[in-house]
Amino acid sequence: MNLTLQVSDIAKSYNGNTVLDHCSFSFDAVGTYVLTGPNGCGKSTFLRICALIEQPDRGSVTFYEEDSKLKENIDVKRRMTLVLPKVGIFNTTVMKNAAYGLRIRDTDKASVLEKTHRALEFVGLAHKSNQNALTLSSGETKRLGIARALVIEPDILFLDEPTASVDSKNTKIIETILESLKSGNKSIVVIATHDNDQAKRLADRLLVMKNGKIR
Amino acid sequence: MAPLLDGLGKALTLIFSFNPELLGIILLSLAVSGTALFIATALGLPFGALIGLKELPARGLLINLMNTFMGLPPVVVGLFLYLLLSRSGPMGFMGLLYSPSAMIVAQAILAFPIVAALCHSAIVNVDPLIRQASLTLGATPLQVTVTVIKEARYGIMSAIIAAFGRVMAEVGAILIVGGNIAGYTRVMTTTIALETDKGNFELALALGIILLALSLLINSMLHVVQKKGAVALQK
Repeated sequence: MNLTLQVSDIAKSYNGNTVLDHCSFSFDAVGTYVLTGPNGCGKSTFLRICALIEQPDRGSVTFYEEDSKLKENIDVKRRMTLVLPKVGIFNTTVMKNAAYGLRIRDTDKASVLEKTHRALEFVGLAHKSNQNALTLSSGETKRLGIARALVIEPDILFLDEPTASVDSKNTKIIETILESLKSGNKSIVVIATHDNDQAKRLADRLLVMKNGKIR
Repeated sequence: MAPLLDGLGKALTLIFSFNPELLGIILLSLAVSGTALFIATALGLPFGALIGLKELPARGLLINLMNTFMGLPPVVVGLFLYLLLSRSGPMGFMGLLYSPSAMIVAQAILAFPIVAALCHSAIVNVDPLIRQASLTLGATPLQVTVTVIKEARYGIMSAIIAAFGRVMAEVGAILIVGGNIAGYTRVMTTTIALETDKGNFELALALGIILLALSLLINSMLHVVQKKGAVALQK
């Protein structure tokens, strides 16, 4: 079965303010999609709906041809993940934070250790494995959020403003990490950013959100 | 001043000679309060978590009641429990009055609102991003709940320690339902009350010193737990 995520005619409003309006799109090939547009145009809402964290007011999200009650289907939900702009960090070590997704999936200990170490090495945080994650800088926190998402090897990885509130040094590191994801990538990566230059640098396919629709 | 110093000297002798009567009273106090705390935690933590995590219809009222009952006067609890457990009361057939079990029930009633209210407060104060992070990583609703409770662990430990402090120092309720029977229901606080009445200050002072030491220990534990938890709050 081909890896596809189909968003059909979704709409979402908050307090009468329309954010998404008859918005449709199909992610049907592996690669990096970058969704750009000004702040508040609905990028985050779109990602949250795609990642099944939020329900649209109308329309549907179809993943691997399954669309009924996706939000309740934990097996389907676990094949994708979203890295939020503000990463929620658990008050424990960097290692345990990164391993969270595998632990809740009852993965065996050896695999947890191996995959977590690999992901932390990939984002340059392996040397801080045993440090409390709450002591990391904001750039490192973002990188930990990415590592935590990568360990579960999702079919679709959504990243919402991965470099927001991050210094230029960490922005470069994060962009390099996102670039590295492209080599041998078998998954779909969807990045939302308001930075047009960054969007051009990272995108295999550039999407623009305007008036609640993707163009 | 001299009688006080004399009393203190004798009290210290009692403590360091490991007086069997004194040890028995301390152990019974710890057993009663420890069991009451265990029951209050087993019920109060899930109750506080439920109110903190679920949108219940009477949520506001329940929070209000919990906070109000945190200041329950022990003698009132003792009085109600006495009326329930006395031979002519609705639960008199159980024969619990003037037993350690009645004292445990009384202390559990006093500790429950403290554990529930402070656990609720600790859980609602967990950063909403934690819940979102676990959801985005594929956690089931139960796993999300466990994760949030884990994040609130320092607040929950503070709640349990605070409740332990309250029940250890409590005297009104257990005096009414326990009856202060020597070797059976006599605990530290009721002994202090009785021995002071009798003018036998050595034992009262010895127990007072131990209670103070316990209080210091409990507060030190609370301080350490709160200090650890502060790391999370600073972020």
